[in-house]
Amino acid sequence: MTKIGYFPGCSLNGTAKEYDLSLQAIARIADIELVELDDWNCCGATAAHSLNSTLAVALPARNLAIAEKMGLDEILVPCAACFSRLAQARYEIKSDEKYRTKIPQLIEMEIKGTANPITVLDFLNKYALDKIKDKLYNKLNAKFACYYGCLLTRPEHLSTIERREDPLVMEKIIYLSGGMPIDWAFKVECCGAGLSVVRTDIVGKLCAKILDDAQSRGADAIIVACPMCHSNLDMRRNEINKNLSTDNEIPVVYITQIIGLALGIDPKKLGFDKHFVPTDKFLHKLQKQTVEV
Amino acid sequence: MQEFEPKIVAFVCNWCTYAGADLAGTSRIKYATNVRIVRFPCTGRIDYMLILKAFQNGADGVIVSGCHPNDCHYTSGNFHARRRWIVFNELLELLGFDKRRLFFSWVSAAEGAKWANLVNEVVTEVRKLGPYTEYEKLSKINVNSIGELCNV
Amino acid sequence: MARIGVFVCHCGENISSTVDCAKVAEIASNYPGVVYSIDYKYMCSDPGQNLIKEAIQKHKLTGVVVAACSPRMHEPTFRKATAEAGLNPFLCEMANLREHCSWVHFREDSTTEKAAELVRVLVEKVKHNEELFPIKVPITKTALVIGGGIGGIQAALDIANSGHKVIMVEKNPSIGGKMAQLSETFPTLDCSQCILTPRMVEVAQHPNITLYTYAEIESVDGFIGNFKVTIRQKAKSVDHKACTGCGLCIEKCPIKKIPDEFNAGLGNRAAIYVPFPQAVPNKPVIDRNNCTYFLKGKCGLCKKVCPADAIHYEQEDELIKVDVGAIVAATGFDIKHSDFFPEYGYGKYADVIDGLQFERLASASGPTLGVLKRPSDGKEPESIVFIACAGSRDPAKGIPYCSKICCMYTAKHAMLFKHKNHHGKATVFYMDIRAGGKMYDEFVRRAIEEDDVNYIRGRVSRIYEKNGKLIVCGVDTLLNSRPVEIEADMVVLATAAIANSDSEELAQKLHISYDPYHFFSEAHPKLRPVETNTAGIMLAGACQAPKDIPDTVSQASGTAAKVVALFSQDELTREPLIAYVNNNTCVGCFLCQSVCPYLAIEKEEIRRRDGTLVKTVAKINPGLCQGCGTCVALCRSKSIDIHGYTNRQIYAEVSALFNRREYAGV
Repeated sequence: MTKIGYFPGCSLNGTAKEYDLSLQAIARIADIELVELDDWNCCGATAAHSLNSTLAVALPARNLAIAEKMGLDEILVPCAACFSRLAQARYEIKSDEKYRTKIPQLIEMEIKGTANPITVLDFLNKYALDKIKDKLYNKLNAKFACYYGCLLTRPEHLSTIERREDPLVMEKIIYLSGGMPIDWAFKVECCGAGLSVVRTDIVGKLCAKILDDAQSRGADAIIVACPMCHSNLDMRRNEINKNLSTDNEIPVVYITQIIGLALGIDPKKLGFDKHFVPTDKFLHKLQKQTVEV
Repeated sequence: MQEFEPKIVAFVCNWCTYAGADLAGTSRIKYATNVRIVRFPCTGRIDYMLILKAFQNGADGVIVSGCHPNDCHYTSGNFHARRRWIVFNELLELLGFDKRRLFFSWVSAAEGAKWANLVNEVVTEVRKLGPYTEYEKLSKINVNSIGELCNV
Repeated sequence: MARIGVFVCHCGENISSTVDCAKVAEIASNYPGVVYSIDYKYMCSDPGQNLIKEAIQKHKLTGVVVAACSPRMHEPTFRKATAEAGLNPFLCEMANLREHCSWVHFREDSTTEKAAELVRVLVEKVKHNEELFPIKVPITKTALVIGGGIGGIQAALDIANSGHKVIMVEKNPSIGGKMAQLSETFPTLDCSQCILTPRMVEVAQHPNITLYTYAEIESVDGFIGNFKVTIRQKAKSVDHKACTGCGLCIEKCPIKKIPDEFNAGLGNRAAIYVPFPQAVPNKPVIDRNNCTYFLKGKCGLCKKVCPADAIHYEQEDELIKVDVGAIVAATGFDIKHSDFFPEYGYGKYADVIDGLQFERLASASGPTLGVLKRPSDGKEPESIVFIACAGSRDPAKGIPYCSKICCMYTAKHAMLFKHKNHHGKATVFYMDIRAGGKMYDEFVRRAIEEDDVNYIRGRVSRIYEKNGKLIVCGVDTLLNSRPVEIEADMVVLATAAIANSDSEELAQKLHISYDPYHFFSEAHPKLRPVETNTAGIMLAGACQAPKDIPDTVSQASGTAAKVVALFSQDELTREPLIAYVNNNTCVGCFLCQSVCPYLAIEKEEIRRRDGTLVKTVAKINPGLCQGCGTCVALCRSKSIDIHGYTNRQIYAEVSALFNRREYAGV
């Protein structure tokens, strides 16, 4: 059984519970043990690095140090924002002498940077896909717009994705899981990210473009791999629709939820009832068209 | 007591450092009189045995300077000089040489001020170290040991 | 026994103000071997030089030390004077009392002391100087011009017109290069082909020029004046002597859908083709990679229809050996294509084109006969966005340099569009407008002011397609950094100018250096801009760095002048300060060969009279050796030495540096 470190981060314990549920479900089927880090802490999110650059490294570094202590070489960080912080912290510690000496003092733990954070896409591609491909149960007869946002593709030195400006890895995963990915223009545009709380109007404008393009190209759902993108596209739908002539009702779902469906898992167990934008129509359509493989 | 005036030899290439020293002259930048420049076509030409020869003749410090990497008039002479310099340094270490008396620098034809600074720094540094009397001991030991070997 | 003369110059007061010149001359007169020593106000003046000449003759001097300024300044002067007095010029050395002593020190005892020591060092050196004679190298008065673009054409014509033979090698089936593809040229907007094609014809008809098209350089050996070059004449499959250029074969060729290189992929050509109507030579070649006959062994239609029986399928590549005295590299440049730009769709939008494609669309001889039609559906665009600096000046894309030509041709493109479609909307996104040059800025102003081109200072972050339009998202940095979105029917990227993909390979064949971007390196960026570090090989045009036509032509003429200057002599005279091998001690390890930057070290077999091999030793080719001396320092058996800086000379110098210490017991 493959063992991988698991850093759920704050979102997956709260607003993105469905991400956690579906990811754990896939891992179980793929026979991969996700070892949650002991006593992990918040990665610092956007708040830390806007206030104090050292704190912004120290907080995620503590999680890396815990993983090292637990003897884990890789940590699955499903939240793209957490991933960005953990990967950046590891990068700083590896490349900057200042941090290398200062951070262990601050967190009172040794850290070498041996534990490597990986994204959910890396996880699916590298570990899960091979193990679940024989267990795919449903053909997903729907069109999916795969949305990457910023933190999976930027900055350059952290991103593990090829063709960063027009990536195809998510499309590949969806295709291999039996779905139909579409080509569209906004897959790496910004959703507004941290402005979700303070400037919902800007989030509304930015997300409206994303949703509009996905709809005009016939997408049945938008696939995400980041709780922040999800909350902007999903939770802020009312604000978004103010910028559009007609209300956009495309559901926004996590890539792990879709794979869960393909594996024949009950949508409830995948948390499809936890979205703001209702997923019933989408699920209904999928069910109607679903063929058992 | 009169201050110790170190004797410094500079082995320089014709195209960069020699010209840089010329520029220091035309710019009238003053520096210590202790240095004697020996001109080579390229640092690649410098046989490092000459460094030993210079010390044997009473030098207290030696500077080797040429074109910056990639600026060599002969494309790659300075790279060869640098490589041999690294190996030669190991040898000097083995011989018990005082490597603090050796200086390697890149001075381009446009760096007159850098040349003047280099000379001044080297003179200050070597002045602190004092006359290189150790070399005499070193050479004496070597001569004697060779003599002993011959007797055997 | 050495008889050395020492001549101490005051240089007016330049030396004498801090150095006691008379005292230096007096001290020097006591150095062993010095028979004559004098100081004088201006040694380089006529009376000064006469002083030296007279002393050489009167005192039968065997060596001269002039203690004056830097040898980089006046060594030639004093060596000439020495020679005029009948002494070998290489027996004269200079002690640098001015730049290295009087100018950099104050007037004190140690300054004069240093001056005297510098003289002593050179006296000891000159005792070991040998008579040297300039090396004479014969010159083959034929130039090889690689590349038949405007740079190569200009250089070839200039050299040929001054009476020397020229061999031109062009890898494409026709000469003309990039300039032949352009529609109009800035800043005059005159038709590119109209000014170029007469030159192309002149090359073809010039009695002094031999033209090899569809040919490449296979190998280059030898050295200045004596290069031996092998040219690979690729098989044209058409006998150009027999071919009349009637074009029947092209008409009948069934394979007609090959993307046309000359039209930057916007048109199609046949498998047997002439690249463009004004091609020189105007005779076809068969593209074997696309010809059915060569792929499947049947068809043969062109052979059947050819009235001159000029089609020869069995033709093979031919290696042609030529001797030349100088080589001009004029291989030009290439541009990045739109698939290099992920943010602009990795080339997936047919209507996002590069500058060269726009030239073809705008050209009267292009695939649309000069009507601007967009590639995707042939519609005439109403709105075009031009993006300058696409890739250039962008370290993240690996191209930190400015491509130099884009600002101007972007303005030209926008104007050409506006001239063809007065109501059209032309928008230019730019970083800076670099329009340095005669009538250049005026040209850009004209585009903005008279032709109403909308210039937006800012970068474009993304292009995407929506409802058949290209949406160009950018920022206007002069308008409070506000994001702007422009709907366009077509987008033209002024993509970065890059070196040819095979330029590194060619540079290695020529043994010339190149920069990190594979542009060829000039010998000196300011003072020797057309020569390379390899004597006899020169540069013209954009193979050295991105250049526009006027700059290319200027450099080409400059290069031609260098070649003609070289050819104006029958023999080449070179300073003999080069390395030489002592055959007796050389053990033939050839370590020296591995460090020589000029590949000047050859193997020489030493044989007995009966022909049996004694040993193989290193041999310096005096034509190639530039005298860096790296081999000298490296030689483990001390078998290589270098004239002018021999081991004996240098060791004598070092030994004379200071008053030797007396060692007890040594």
